[in-house]
Amino acid sequence: MTSARGNGQTLAEKVLARASGSERVVPGQIIEGAVDLAMMHEQGAQTVAPYHQMGAERVWDPDRVVIAIDHWVPASTEGAAVLHRILRKFAAEANLPHFYDVGQHGICHQILAENGWVVPGDLAVGTDSHTNMLGAMGAFATGIGPTEMAAVLALGRLWLKVPTTVGIRVKGSFGPGVTAKDLVLRIVGEVKTTGAAYRAVEFSGPTIERLSMPQRFTLCNMTTEMGAKAGMVAPDSTTFDYLASIAKHAMHPLQPDRDAAHERTIEIDVDGMVPMVACPYSPDNVRPLPEVAREHVRIDQAFLGSCTNARIEDLREGAALMKGQKVAKGVRLIVSPASTKIYEQCLGEGIIEIFTHAGAVFTNSSCSACFGGNMGILAPDETCASSSNRNFPGRMGAKEARIYLMSPAAVVASAIRGEIADPREFA
Amino acid sequence: MEKIIEGQVWTLGRDVDTDQIISGKYLTVIDPAELKKHVFEIALPEFASAARPGDILVAGENFGSGSSREHAPQAMRAAGVGAILADSFARIFFRNAINLGLLAIEARGVREIFGAGQTARIDLTAGRVTNLTTGRWLDFPPIPSHLLSLLEAGGLVEKVRRELEARRALPLQSGASR
Repeated sequence: MTSARGNGQTLAEKVLARASGSERVVPGQIIEGAVDLAMMHEQGAQTVAPYHQMGAERVWDPDRVVIAIDHWVPASTEGAAVLHRILRKFAAEANLPHFYDVGQHGICHQILAENGWVVPGDLAVGTDSHTNMLGAMGAFATGIGPTEMAAVLALGRLWLKVPTTVGIRVKGSFGPGVTAKDLVLRIVGEVKTTGAAYRAVEFSGPTIERLSMPQRFTLCNMTTEMGAKAGMVAPDSTTFDYLASIAKHAMHPLQPDRDAAHERTIEIDVDGMVPMVACPYSPDNVRPLPEVAREHVRIDQAFLGSCTNARIEDLREGAALMKGQKVAKGVRLIVSPASTKIYEQCLGEGIIEIFTHAGAVFTNSSCSACFGGNMGILAPDETCASSSNRNFPGRMGAKEARIYLMSPAAVVASAIRGEIADPREFA
Repeated sequence: MEKIIEGQVWTLGRDVDTDQIISGKYLTVIDPAELKKHVFEIALPEFASAARPGDILVAGENFGSGSSREHAPQAMRAAGVGAILADSFARIFFRNAINLGLLAIEARGVREIFGAGQTARIDLTAGRVTNLTTGRWLDFPPIPSHLLSLLEAGGLVEKVRRELEARRALPLQSGASR
């Protein structure tokens, strides 16, 4: 680990300077940031009461507000139905046109990404902790609670303490069967769940430059598991190509200075890296997957889904392994695409057929089994191999249930074998 | 806001995430009275039935990590928690707590000086927490002014309400637009 102390500004500082209308900002400074995009999922239902209690008369900019329901779609309980109802009513009353309701739905972060709602230079906030994912656009994107969101809707701004930045520089090439998920698990394992607390994480280096947007989303998504306020990648031609035909508003493609002052810089070489797995009960309890595979960890459920890893690229990878194989007896494989758009792509590419033939359950798009509140709930003595981002006690149901986090390919490999398996053995 | 807070202590370990405070199956519950029944179901199962208003929680590192769910501080507020002290907080939980007017104080080393059932005394002016049972004490950094103003207003709702009210009053007086 090295420490760089220049006079330049990091990407996070530049975006927050822009948001606060100042030349530059320094870590520790409290700023009032103008919000470029505000996103709510079901938790936004709890925004409505405080919004009215504040005496707000109108939303600061209805064109910068997105509502995307995703946790219970369609509503699976009366409680969820009520949350949806509150949001629909509020959207109608407050004239919020950008509501991704049942039929256009998807996981909120994926909805923002694939529709170009967050662009380089934005300050974006959402009522979900994994809003960090959108930092892959070269934006400062972070999670807030629903009362805070009420203030954002009323005022169009929020206070933020300018964070220090942890630089993560990555070089080398992924071997076969090794993905951005394995990289981010390895990083969480090193940095630990508090290692980047309150900080911005900025990914750079030749490996990052070669990553696709979906892979960058996976990386930035799990900066939340390092405690980070934001996870960011400087925008480049990959970003601009991705957003070319979908960007919803003007970009401000800011770049970090070469001599930016990082709190610390972590150097990582992925040459020769093996697949990784986060073992119960913390995302930072990371071990090399081949080592865990040798212990023959039997699984009851496998989950290929979540905002971390349920994009078309992830499902293609999984389907390539699944084709011609069967889900092991006694294992439930749940596959849930991140959006309706991705669901349609799967339909067109025969991916739904591959998984269904293999004995998997291919579901409608939603957060699905990730959060233990809708479907795919685990019993106390059960074990799950999952492509999601958290494995804390009780995350997917019973507090004793054991969740192992891994790449989409490793989830499918494990579903085929009935125990945690190295996807490279199936190539 | 009271400057001196006293209460009986409940202790928690490190990395108590929001699932352990209020788990995913209760996320469709918006009634605080109902949430209160399930608070700390995973981390401290006896809390919900035995806690009394004004009790103080003392936790280790990274309290409230995980999701952005405001149900966590809401359930704690509904249970009448007087304050939550921790070696450190996860960021969204901390913001949510202050926004709801729930006193959350970062005091490094606090977990070590408290055992369950002991009595804590928090002096906000002096920035000191004292274990009245053992006499041990610890100073914590002053609460920053932007957070203190939020807590003194009783939370973010009231603060924004006042701000919007002041804003509406302005053009009437000066005729100037903002």
